[in-house]
Amino acid sequence: MVPPIDYETLRVIWWLLMGVLLIGFALTDGFDLGVAALLPFVAKSDEERRMVINAVGATWEGNQVWFILGGGAIFAAWPFVYAVSFSGFYLAMFLVLAALILRPVGFKYRSKRPDAKWRARWDWALFVGGLVPALVFGVAVGNVLTGVPFRLDSDLRAFYEGTLLGLFHPLSLLAGLLSVAMLVLHGAAWLALKIEHGTVHDRAQRFGQIAALAAIALFALGGVMMATMGYGFRLEGAADPAGPSNPHLMTMLAAPGAWLANFSAHPWMLAAPLLGFAGPLLALAGMRARREVMAFGGSSAAAAGIIGTVGLSMFPFILPSSIDPASSLTVWNASSSHMTLFIMLLVTCVFLPIVLAYTAWAYKVMFGRVTLHDVRTNPDFY
Amino acid sequence: MVDMAVIELSRLQFALTALYHFLFVPLTLGLSFMLVIMESIYVMTDRPVWRVVTRFWGKLFAINFVLGVATGITMEFEFGTNWSYFSHYVGDIFGAPLAIEGLMAFFLEATFVGMMFFGWDRLSKRQHLFTTFMVALGSNLSALWILVANGWMQHPTGSHFNPDTMRMEVTDFGAVIFNPVAQAKFVHTVSAGYVCASVFVLGVSSYYILRGKWVAVAKRSFTVAAAFGLASALSVVVLGDESGYTLTDNQRMKLASLEAMWHTEPAPAGIALFGIPSMEGRKTLYEVKVPYVLGLISTRSLTGQVAGIDELVVKAETRIESGIKAYDAVERLKVNRGDMAARAVFEEHKLDLGYAMLLKRFMPDPRKATPADIEKAAWTTVPNVPVMFWLFRAMAGLGFFFIAFFGAAFWMATIRRFGCANGFCRLFMRAAVWIIPLPWMAIEAGWVLAEIGRQPWAIDGVLPTFLGASSLTVPQIWTTIIGFTALYGTLAVIEVRLMLAAIAHGPIEDRASGGTHSQPAHPAYAAVPAE
Repeated sequence: MVPPIDYETLRVIWWLLMGVLLIGFALTDGFDLGVAALLPFVAKSDEERRMVINAVGATWEGNQVWFILGGGAIFAAWPFVYAVSFSGFYLAMFLVLAALILRPVGFKYRSKRPDAKWRARWDWALFVGGLVPALVFGVAVGNVLTGVPFRLDSDLRAFYEGTLLGLFHPLSLLAGLLSVAMLVLHGAAWLALKIEHGTVHDRAQRFGQIAALAAIALFALGGVMMATMGYGFRLEGAADPAGPSNPHLMTMLAAPGAWLANFSAHPWMLAAPLLGFAGPLLALAGMRARREVMAFGGSSAAAAGIIGTVGLSMFPFILPSSIDPASSLTVWNASSSHMTLFIMLLVTCVFLPIVLAYTAWAYKVMFGRVTLHDVRTNPDFY
Repeated sequence: MVDMAVIELSRLQFALTALYHFLFVPLTLGLSFMLVIMESIYVMTDRPVWRVVTRFWGKLFAINFVLGVATGITMEFEFGTNWSYFSHYVGDIFGAPLAIEGLMAFFLEATFVGMMFFGWDRLSKRQHLFTTFMVALGSNLSALWILVANGWMQHPTGSHFNPDTMRMEVTDFGAVIFNPVAQAKFVHTVSAGYVCASVFVLGVSSYYILRGKWVAVAKRSFTVAAAFGLASALSVVVLGDESGYTLTDNQRMKLASLEAMWHTEPAPAGIALFGIPSMEGRKTLYEVKVPYVLGLISTRSLTGQVAGIDELVVKAETRIESGIKAYDAVERLKVNRGDMAARAVFEEHKLDLGYAMLLKRFMPDPRKATPADIEKAAWTTVPNVPVMFWLFRAMAGLGFFFIAFFGAAFWMATIRRFGCANGFCRLFMRAAVWIIPLPWMAIEAGWVLAEIGRQPWAIDGVLPTFLGASSLTVPQIWTTIIGFTALYGTLAVIEVRLMLAAIAHGPIEDRASGGTHSQPAHPAYAAVPAE
């Protein structure tokens, strides 16, 4: 059977879907990470902390699936990217996994015993479970932008030359901080929306405003670094966008400054960085005006704009290699086969709308602000 | 050459994290459906005691569920972190079921589980039952897709090697999904989960009945567990996954090794009840055999032959020789994609390409192999026979034991109504408490059997395990093994303590569960008094 959509189009669709998944993850589980990272600061007493935890209590589990689905979808549609990035970031991935394991357990087990020491320990576990993934994801994106130190042999087996500490350099640190600011902003916006008016609500809004300002500053600084320090890679000659997924069949080069080339070639792409600035500004204005829905819309737009900017600036690159640019992974050489991309698209078209429908229902059922009264009386609350 | 220390450590880490993950999964699979049964009775009869029953087991379900989810994240990412060449080599096929699992099953389970825990006073009774059902459906569908992926590793259908991309690619997605090995494994695995949950519920209920605590709740739970457990115990044995063992050479090798059958016997072959298999002597000492049974079970016929290890090794030798030709053709195609002669040779021998790769354990270039090398490589296709032999007997023995156990429990709950004259009931219940760990042992034995039995292959006949690992260093892997062991060990201790505390606390709900202050419960949550 030959799939009715051509290979090149499917690859672009799956590149877009990878973006949808990452943005979906940032918009849903992103606020859970932000909320967890804010927990020790916006809530002081046990009851305040329980309000914060229960503001994501019923939905974090479903949100987390965006992360797991992201992993699965990259495995299915971009097996090369999955294989090289996860093993290349080996110890960093372990840190993320450990933090992401602590988080669900923290949510669930914290409330199982009343003693204060026990709860304080889980509060820190939740804080780590929120902050570390947010930071490491950003650091990873920073490294993707500068290139990752791997090379492929003729069997397409990947070898790495990097270390854990090598992951930290100015651009990756900046990206890490930006990621934290963006998700903390989103978490604060969610708390403002979900918690009854009072101390916790107001603290969340104050932290949110700081995070919004930080996001704007860091995003701008990132743009300056891009323009002055020159990062980028480019394809040399004619690559066949419908050819076999094999990096050895095309030529990629390091080309300082190339990450900005897409924006001058296709000015419409500037919409993404504009959204990346407009989002946090809107969130800031919303929080100052105590308009929580507007603030949440702003923080969502910020995440979409910032992630979109990174993706568009690199297209068609997905994972460039810093030590051997010829091994770089792009949209044209790292995907699954034509057939697999098509089948997975069909599956996505059937199931993603169903997922969105019942997720919407779950949010509707859990609609409304968490109150102090709730945490005192509802036996099902964490 | 391959660094075997990296391979062995990668295998150790995967085995540890997978076996740990599967301590929690079976209980989730089974308890979720038992919650559906209990809550259905509540909705149909409207008797508050069933609400208490459902909420009590739901509380234990929650403690267990969260660790199943948390440790499952590791599993999904470990293919990429530790088995990156595997991920590249088969991701085109293997990635799809994992992605579909997320989209179709895990979203369902995780989204509805939040409403199941938090929705008691926000949903109508029927709506809440629906959410509980969706959790059960989601977790069981999740198992389906994982076993489609695992089944493909055992029996890789619907795919071929593409020399242009140096990997396996899908040719028939339907064959991957409807893989008979995957189907058999799915039924076998979820049934085992149901048995596990039934033993758990039966054991805890017995403990309460013996102590005279929460007897109304305990007797009802006991009855549900006895009935559900009996059906599941029958299913797990009758629908064991042996039916797939005659499909391919590697599946045949698994069967021959777990039976320690060194030579092909005239059909129908007998089954060994006892014996001491010896890898060095390549024979089984002190064997006690029951005639005909193995041939009947595994081929479902009187005439089907069960191949022996020696014969399968000889066959592996010829496949290695054929595979070397395919390997040579691939190397020529790397240099010149247009080499039509090489492509023709490749097409003729491509099904044996994986066999040539077995030689890479001993030499970088399989084309330089001598006949002695080939024989040596062919013998690596034999898994560890004594381990297979005994694990299988332990697992299958426990399987039969559970049928008898639930038969007795069912008789006790339905015919005798918990009253036996000679104290048998109390004796049985005391035993029921002590055997709670047994289903976990049988299940872990089953996984080790399935995966040791697949060795030396990661993908049967396609990719040897030692080629699948990432190019990591020994210190890197030790770091994560130690990290996972410390984290998982701590969490296991906490989990067991919370579980025991929740069981000791029982089904009462005297205050807001998360609260620090003792307060009267919301009237809707008042528990029925103990009888």
